[in-house]
Amino acid sequence: MGKKLLLEHIDVPGIQSLNVYRQKGGYETLKKALTSMTPEQILEEVKTSGLRGRGGAGFPTGLKWSFLAKPEGVARYLVCNADESEPGTFKDRYLMEKIPHILIEGMIVSSFALGANTSYIYIRGEYFYVARILENAIAEAYEAGLLGKNIMGSGYDLDLYVQIGAGAYICGEETALLESLEGKRGNPRIKPPFPAIAGLYGCPTVVNNVETIAAVVPIVKDGGAAYAQIGIGKSTGTKLISASGHLNKPGVYEIELGLPVEEFIYSEEYCGGIKNGKQLKAVVAGGSSVPILPAHLILKTAAGEPRLMSYEGLADGGFATGTMLGSGGFIAMDEDSSIVKNLWTFSRFYHHESCGQCSPCREGTGWMEKILHKILHGHGTLADVDLLWDIQSKIEGKTICPLGDAAAWPVASAIRHFRNEFEEYVKQGHSIKDVKHYYRLNHLPEPVN
Amino acid sequence: MEKKYQFSPETMAVVQKMMGRYPEGKQKSALLPVLHLAQAEFDGWLSAEAMDYVAEVLNITPIEVYEVASFYSMYNLKPVGKCLLEVCRTSSCWLMGSEDIVHHIEKKLGIKDGETTADGQFTLKTVECLGSCGTAPMLQCGADFYENLSLEKVDTLLDNLRKDGERRTYIKDQKVNMD
Repeated sequence: MGKKLLLEHIDVPGIQSLNVYRQKGGYETLKKALTSMTPEQILEEVKTSGLRGRGGAGFPTGLKWSFLAKPEGVARYLVCNADESEPGTFKDRYLMEKIPHILIEGMIVSSFALGANTSYIYIRGEYFYVARILENAIAEAYEAGLLGKNIMGSGYDLDLYVQIGAGAYICGEETALLESLEGKRGNPRIKPPFPAIAGLYGCPTVVNNVETIAAVVPIVKDGGAAYAQIGIGKSTGTKLISASGHLNKPGVYEIELGLPVEEFIYSEEYCGGIKNGKQLKAVVAGGSSVPILPAHLILKTAAGEPRLMSYEGLADGGFATGTMLGSGGFIAMDEDSSIVKNLWTFSRFYHHESCGQCSPCREGTGWMEKILHKILHGHGTLADVDLLWDIQSKIEGKTICPLGDAAAWPVASAIRHFRNEFEEYVKQGHSIKDVKHYYRLNHLPEPVN
Repeated sequence: MEKKYQFSPETMAVVQKMMGRYPEGKQKSALLPVLHLAQAEFDGWLSAEAMDYVAEVLNITPIEVYEVASFYSMYNLKPVGKCLLEVCRTSSCWLMGSEDIVHHIEKKLGIKDGETTADGQFTLKTVECLGSCGTAPMLQCGADFYENLSLEKVDTLLDNLRKDGERRTYIKDQKVNMD
């Protein structure tokens, strides 16, 4: 049984409420932080913990916090990114719905560490009912003197608000999120300046994912060193994985980083194997943006070692034979799944969600969607597959924000590992019935010249 | 002429409170939530007049409202049925059969994706990932998520929504049984 830091009390009846959360030791960490630690000491613990951003980028949280500018007389903000919209990812929703106070506690501790007196939780509009759960939790916290003026008699003041979005994947990008929070279109900003210097309302701002902020609670509770003991190498601590697709037991699991992928998919403790006794064909391991891998490469690295669920483990082999941990959105596809059609749903997604500022992304995502549609319906040519490769390579790295990369990588990896299947679609079109075997056992590092 | 768009006193109180969440002079930050309130109060969609009214309330220019309302997918810029059925169509939901759900609804209601039934009860819309991948396929109606759908569950859901007859908004939970 892996160690649980965030979901330890998830099954306790009534854990949504402040009382039950406190009975389970909730807000003791806040008390410890406010009464016995300085903001600098909290920052040191977070640095020591090795915690990395859980939204997808994996940037060291302590380092991000240390960049925060602290000019005299200027407000600082902590903004929680609860915009969770990466296809395959639903862990933040689960955490906020089931145990909202761990996020609230993490927000207060982190805001104290950063010297913020006003903080916001920006949540995607579709999660309206979750926003209400958070608002109730915040109201309970105000009532109990855990928010507002002079929290726990420490002299520290904090106001915490929930801000609701309105349906835009791009608002998960931190500068687009800040634009949206200012009441504007979610167009990402050009960086620098980074939010740590000029963020919300031009003030120094830290934006962190829900899970990242929640993880601050166990880190401050037991110390950064204890947290760093969990996990493997530079992938410290636990990670919430959203498991979906053709699995016997889809859902949210908290794993210790370093768990073998094979154990995660097949053991009864986690996903319990592939549905209906079928074979695994492919996995998207970290949300729609990361490269798709065929079964043999997700279970073992190119060198034949068991592949581990960690930042480094999933990235082993680079994009030629590896992928990324990303947001932890783990989508499993059985032997009968069409890689080309799944890719089309991704490309349609990115086309729909492109904010339109950068031409390579605005135009390129639409072209990829159209070409994939053409191939799927039997009107494609072999040259279209090369064209797809060409387009994705001209989006990657050429946009203001990472949405361009996110749109390009699934296309590149699908062609790299499943070019045969694309070619079968070109030949057979939608009459294609059996897509079981159309992938190359030997991947193509450079599938197109 | 009577002014058509006017928040109820209760909603206006919520708006005023909301504006207090932001620093002095940054009341525009309230735009997204206030547009949700407007949509809920003004028949489920945002007409140009409704948006002009929101601009007036927040003391910003109408174009600042239009450009935002047209950017985000949850704002309806034309009328929708009382129940907007938003069926997720992205990867995990597609893998688990969301296309069958969409086709079933289309057949049952006699409308296509994006259309509204003649009686104004239902609008069907396919949408991108709603964060319900582990409980796919799913649809959202108002604030409520209906998950692990089967064709039978969809039938029950549509019947119950029709019986209930209420307009669904994102602001309010009004979940009906689908089992």
